[in-house]
Amino acid sequence: MTGAVLPDGAAAQALSAVQHENNVMISKRKIMQKPLAVEAVNLDKHVSSNGNALVILSGLDLAIAAGERIAIVGSSGSGKSTLLGLLAGLDNPTQGKVLIQGQDIAPLDEDGRAALRARCMGFVFQSFQLLPTLTALENVMLPLQLAGREDAKSQAIAALERVGLAHRLSHYPRHLSGGEQQRVAIARAFAPRPAILFADEPTGNLDAATGENIIELLFALNAESGTTLVLVTHDLKLANRCGRVLSLQQGRIVELEGVA
Amino acid sequence: MSLAFTLAWRQLRSQWAAGEIRVLMLALVMAVAATTSVGFFTDRIQTTLARQGAMLLGADAVIVADHPIPAPFAAEARRTNIQTSHTLEFPSMVLHGERSQLSEIKALAPGFPLRGSLMIKQQGGEAHEAGGIPEPGSVWIEPRLANSLQVREGNSLELGNSQFKVSAILHSEASRGGDMFSFAPRVMMNVADVPATGLIQVGSRVKYQLLLAADAGSMKTYTAWAQPRLARGERLQDLSTARPEIRNALEKTQQFLGLAAMVSVVLAMVAMFLAAMPYVQSSQDSYALMRCFGASGKLISRILLLQTLMLAVIGSALGSLLGFVGQLGLGWLAGKLFVETLPAPSWQPALAGFVVGFATLLAVMWPSLLRLRHVPALHILRQDIALPTWSAVWQYTPSVVLAFGLIAWHAADIKLALAAIGGFSALIVAVIALTRLLRRLLLALPQQQSGGVQLGLAAIRRRPRLFMAQVLGFSLGMAALMLLALIRGDLLHNWQSSLPPDAPNRFVINIQADQLDAIKAFLKQEGFPAPELHPMVRARLTAINGKPLDIASYKDERAKRLAEREFNLSWAADMQDDNRLLAGEWWTAAQAGQPLLSLEQGIADMLHVKLGDHLSYDVAGQPLELTVSSLRKVEWDTMRANFFALTPPGVLDAMPANYLTSLHVPRAQENMLNRLVQQFTNLTVIDVAAVLEQVQAIIDKMTNALQYIFAFSVLAGLIVLYAALVATRRERVKEATLLRVLGASTTQIRHSVWVEYLAVGVMAALVASLIANGLAFYISQQVLNIPFSFNWQASFLTISLAMILIPAASWWVLRRFLRFSPREILHST
Repeated sequence: MTGAVLPDGAAAQALSAVQHENNVMISKRKIMQKPLAVEAVNLDKHVSSNGNALVILSGLDLAIAAGERIAIVGSSGSGKSTLLGLLAGLDNPTQGKVLIQGQDIAPLDEDGRAALRARCMGFVFQSFQLLPTLTALENVMLPLQLAGREDAKSQAIAALERVGLAHRLSHYPRHLSGGEQQRVAIARAFAPRPAILFADEPTGNLDAATGENIIELLFALNAESGTTLVLVTHDLKLANRCGRVLSLQQGRIVELEGVA
Repeated sequence: MSLAFTLAWRQLRSQWAAGEIRVLMLALVMAVAATTSVGFFTDRIQTTLARQGAMLLGADAVIVADHPIPAPFAAEARRTNIQTSHTLEFPSMVLHGERSQLSEIKALAPGFPLRGSLMIKQQGGEAHEAGGIPEPGSVWIEPRLANSLQVREGNSLELGNSQFKVSAILHSEASRGGDMFSFAPRVMMNVADVPATGLIQVGSRVKYQLLLAADAGSMKTYTAWAQPRLARGERLQDLSTARPEIRNALEKTQQFLGLAAMVSVVLAMVAMFLAAMPYVQSSQDSYALMRCFGASGKLISRILLLQTLMLAVIGSALGSLLGFVGQLGLGWLAGKLFVETLPAPSWQPALAGFVVGFATLLAVMWPSLLRLRHVPALHILRQDIALPTWSAVWQYTPSVVLAFGLIAWHAADIKLALAAIGGFSALIVAVIALTRLLRRLLLALPQQQSGGVQLGLAAIRRRPRLFMAQVLGFSLGMAALMLLALIRGDLLHNWQSSLPPDAPNRFVINIQADQLDAIKAFLKQEGFPAPELHPMVRARLTAINGKPLDIASYKDERAKRLAEREFNLSWAADMQDDNRLLAGEWWTAAQAGQPLLSLEQGIADMLHVKLGDHLSYDVAGQPLELTVSSLRKVEWDTMRANFFALTPPGVLDAMPANYLTSLHVPRAQENMLNRLVQQFTNLTVIDVAAVLEQVQAIIDKMTNALQYIFAFSVLAGLIVLYAALVATRRERVKEATLLRVLGASTTQIRHSVWVEYLAVGVMAALVASLIANGLAFYISQQVLNIPFSFNWQASFLTISLAMILIPAASWWVLRRFLRFSPREILHST
């Protein structure tokens, strides 16, 4: 993993302060009118590696409006997945805070965050992450059941029908192709109608044609449900289909202008 | 059905299909099966032991007294519905014409024996159950009395004032087992005839017995009532005083079975611990994902716990079933041991099986459950974010406590349990220390070796925990099996040497000094080896350290009897090999003629005699002063002639002595005995063939049972070794595949596996040999009281096999995965 080594001294602090102001202005400029789905304030993430402090994210500010589609791009090791983990409450920042629908998640314990995820978040991962022990239908039912939904089964069937897998309900992941597995994952992500959907390189493990289909499906469902989409990718072409593209560079967000 | 239950069940089912929990389940089933089969069997053996004991007593308990037994004892027994009968025993001369013989008369009341049976022969027919007692006016006599008096069935005998008709020849009297060396032959009569004989007068030496039989519960209550009411000269004998030579073999078998069950449980726990490793690995993605989708820690805990309970229920049920079937095999092997069939097994062992199943699984899974409960959700995004480490000692505490508890329970012997816990703990510490040392050495070594060797050594450096876990698994497995094999060898050897097929089955007593040469010549002529003739001098103990013997001062009834009666003193130049010196020194040839005495420890303890004490004896009016120079332990179950008290040669030369010898007479040569007795009419031959055959048969069956249960443990051991191999398979397959992608040849990978597993095997086998020998030494000496022989061949064999089989098996497990393309494997792991 690579990262920016924190420069010493006041110059660095000054630079950080200026960039922080810039980022906040850029982030909030287009979304002033809508309530915020996700907000990150002055987010730092450091890890220690072989005794050295490695800075992955530094003074990062981000505001994502409800219903917005944003893409986070960056080279490998730029901290995209780390940022996604922090925004979804899967990880703790070294400093700064994350607000989900206006609620600061820092005071929540692990179970509190899990409950928050069950209530308003969905996930699509690069490696599909279906539970190998459950059928397609059961995989889609899982987040609905965790959220305590009584109509889990009918909702899950509807979601699988929507992604074109009505005939694969009782298949286990190992009997599905990569594309099918990712469609199950998408059905699982959208079935509970989450307010926010986090997608981590959703086409990373698929060939170009299948990846294209998956993206079409993802965007179509996103459009139908009005979900806030946070998409992490290194594919600029895919990123450009989102309303906003944020680039992670040396631990900070830089908004790429004019790509939308 | 709750969500947790559904998820737990589905996960269990699919992990079974994927093979991840099969080893875990197999090990659990083995643990339960070993426990229950041994449990079921021991349960039955114990009941049988009690019955065997009862047969020897002729009752479940007997009140013995040197005076008529006070009426309340019989009255209380009748009141509590306990069956009773009574007997009188006394010595008397029996006459037939001009011939007479001192005999042991036993007068029987109806109902005798309450347990077991009397076997008699009538009209030259086969021996059959008597089905009652002699009719009034008739007696049953032992063959040697018939011999010495020259009487046959139908003849008359004179006993006191009465005449009796011999109505049967007594074939066997199970209840005489305890006194098989009492020298006078037996006459059985009806108790109703006793007054008329006029034999019982004031001052007569009579043994009165009240026989009692009932279920165990009633007997316990009765015993508790009777014990405090026993007066001087009265004692209560029960099942705990069964015949020592048989009880000994059965007790040792039970101890071995306990040890085997314990070893099986230890082995199974090790196997389960190792099998839990890949299970935890493969489960963490699922639990991280559930966390990610909002599952609470509580839900994860519930799923894990439910899954463990499901495994425990299934494993325990299957294990109990297998255990039940297993004990049927054991029962079949031992079934014809005793006259009566083995009682049906109880349900208790099945219950115990479930307790063991739940306890072992929880003990093994606890640390894993704690870790999986805290699996970070971020693991789903970043595979390098792993489970929390295993460092916290408290996480292991419940497992260690449970494991120790299980060991102690199975061992059923505090010494055995502590030895096993100490030994296995020492093994764990040794393995941890040695593997750390090896890793440090490897880190310090310049890394210049090339190819496979380098890769193998690198693997040890890189995965120290897995390396340690494997050495630990192999080492514990091997140590447990070696321990069992060593003890089994010692036990079998001990039994075989104590009762070889040619063990003496006849004692010839009352040989006079002037007959020695003639008898030697007679036996030589009959084709028998030269007999060992033991001199016997009857002596009465009169004083200890100059203080006259005060019989009343002995509280123990047995000590009183021993002090009262005459001792048989004997002399010997060398100590017999079935004797073991406990204190003092055996005399040298130069000490011949010195007034020294070697005492058997049991009798010394009972009479409160110590090393160096001076004992005064009276030998037919002549005083004899001896100093105790050594104490011995005697193996009485060898059936050889042994003496409580021995002097060096030359001490008793001037005393009146007669001689005794023991012989093995094969069935086909039994006629020789008749010729012997005809030629030397004063000799008495005591037949212990029936007893010996019974003991030998029991030991044979016990040997079978022992081998059978050993096979169970070997199976458990093999499962451990397999679990140790598959525990790290996933990592090793992945690593080997990566190496192949990077261009390593199959040969290089093979060398790497051989180097790594050679290190595992050698280290594991060395530690295992050391610990197993140490433990076997302690257990043989201190728990089973059998001699231990260091078996270097077994250690050498173990180390050699470990050096070949462990690397070979590891390579075999890995090899089939190298046939797939690296892409397939990297995708599936």
